[in-house]
Amino acid sequence: MRIIVPIKQVPETNAVKMDEATGTMIREGVEAIINPLDLYAIEIAIQLRESRPEGSTEVIAVSMGPPKAISALKEAIAMGIDSAVLISDRAFAGSDTWATSYVLAAAIRAIGSIGVSPVPGCIGVSPVPSDEAKTQAGSATGGTPVLPDLVLCGERATDGDTGQVGPGIASFLGMPVLTYIGKIEKVSDGKARVHRLVEDGYEVLETELPALLTVVKEIADPRLPTLRGKQKAKKADIPAWGPNDLDVKAECLGLEGSPTRVVKIFRPKVARQCEKVVATDEQAIHKAVDRVVEFLQKKDLV
Amino acid sequence: MEYKGVWILAEQSEGRVQRISHELLTRGRDLADKRKAELTAVIFGSDINADDLQELIDRGADAVIAMEAPPLEHFLPEPYAACMLKLIAERRPEIIIAGATTTGRTLMPYVATRANAGLTADCTVLDIDAETGGLLQTRPAIGGNIMATIKTPKHRPQMATVRPRSTKPAPRQQGRTGKIERLAAPPELLASRVRRVDFVPNPDEHALADADVVVVVGRGIKKGENVPIGQKLADALDAALGATRDVVDRGWLSYPHQIGLSGKTVTPKLYIGMGASGSIQHLAGMQTSENIVAINTDPEAQIFRVADIGIVGDLFEVVPVLTQRIKEIKGKE
Repeated sequence: MRIIVPIKQVPETNAVKMDEATGTMIREGVEAIINPLDLYAIEIAIQLRESRPEGSTEVIAVSMGPPKAISALKEAIAMGIDSAVLISDRAFAGSDTWATSYVLAAAIRAIGSIGVSPVPGCIGVSPVPSDEAKTQAGSATGGTPVLPDLVLCGERATDGDTGQVGPGIASFLGMPVLTYIGKIEKVSDGKARVHRLVEDGYEVLETELPALLTVVKEIADPRLPTLRGKQKAKKADIPAWGPNDLDVKAECLGLEGSPTRVVKIFRPKVARQCEKVVATDEQAIHKAVDRVVEFLQKKDLV
Repeated sequence: MEYKGVWILAEQSEGRVQRISHELLTRGRDLADKRKAELTAVIFGSDINADDLQELIDRGADAVIAMEAPPLEHFLPEPYAACMLKLIAERRPEIIIAGATTTGRTLMPYVATRANAGLTADCTVLDIDAETGGLLQTRPAIGGNIMATIKTPKHRPQMATVRPRSTKPAPRQQGRTGKIERLAAPPELLASRVRRVDFVPNPDEHALADADVVVVVGRGIKKGENVPIGQKLADALDAALGATRDVVDRGWLSYPHQIGLSGKTVTPKLYIGMGASGSIQHLAGMQTSENIVAINTDPEAQIFRVADIGIVGDLFEVVPVLTQRIKEIKGKE
């Protein structure tokens, strides 16, 4: 069985600072991390592999981003992912969720078309799909590349916060999509049974494989990278693929391929003038509580 | 054929139209008026309540398209997407708005990808560009720190989701009339590789999003054993108890309690936060509450930026006094 986990490198959100003058994000000195919700997808993918006969299941991470996103993929390997591919090229810059889903779907097809050849002691998919492999995979002739059994995504990324790329990839790959998955009950006989968290409870769903799942944090506790994992990650040769390595149309990439455009960025107005009451000693505490109660009564809230 | 008209994606549960549909009518009516276009509510389901469909007209829709078949009773991405794509191809709406619900956030990207359409998630403001007539979609970006306005210059339809409870439901108006089409979904569109085999309700889950009053505990409560301090205030106020991500990550409360970007959005009449610093991630899930009271030891805490009243003090001293006073007022003691 093959599992692919698309991941994203994001700024550590708590550390994001704004340039008050320009209203833009200060990226310098902001630590880049694996999108926290992707860690749950990585963890559950590794757990699925561990629950199956040894050597029967491989887990591959793929990320689209700038060259430095390689560190996110290395961290995924340190956690226990088998191999990784970086999708990186200037042509992909400015992609919205449509164009991102398009490229990641193409990358997942490309991984299927070349296969992964895990050499003992060596990590990494074979570098670039050969022309022959691409032809076999059908990008030129209309054959069918091998889709992974499962694609596991974090429910959303903490920076863009759209949650659209997972369903978008599934749609481009023609796979069913199951979102907000809080539990995988079982994966067997080409099927998966999962719990999908919805507004008023959870659904138990059964799907045919291949399928794409987006997972929420209830699904697992992400493990920390191990020392051995870190050593593997250090040695890992992670290939970087560009548009020429994928079956994609140039006009569908990056800013040009993106239906949406950001036309304006501005700081939200702070609409409230907070009335601060300092409550340091007992008398002040009672006064502060009086003020809150008065406010609540005036607003008819108690 | 040109693209025209504004659609909202109404939702049903057990054949009854859900509140989000009425909220979307508020958004849709505004856009349709500005665009001088017709507003259509589209809904998928099985045996949908006829009065509820008329209510969509009463609340502002000019037309309703209900596509029905037993397999559409519950949301399943493939048949829902196939039906929606068919309607889009035949009728070519210019704008489609859906709720940022578990259904909308799944169906819309699945459909937008196939329809080659632009889609913007979680919009807080939707407007029409006076110059081009295009949809202006404004949403929080980069963790809610800034707002971004997004356009879809060339692709149609223009699609967007909006957070539940970010708008009031459109009021019912007497005497409105409109065309209600009830269509049988074509059987060839109903294939699904996903089956819904069971549903386990969780009433608590609903309680937080629907609550008029929400009490939230943040990391300032220091340990899980202190959660009852918040719970007691919540009980006194008949409020739901929520938490910040920090609290949930530490296992002091479960994920359904989480409020913020990666949890729920709440817009109660009253929000009381204790020991919540007001990270961007949390503010994004609560700053549209009608009234906000915050208790925090740090006078510079970000939560005070969005609060109406802020008590700078130790929650362990302040909250029990507040709880006691509320109980007295409510005659609970």
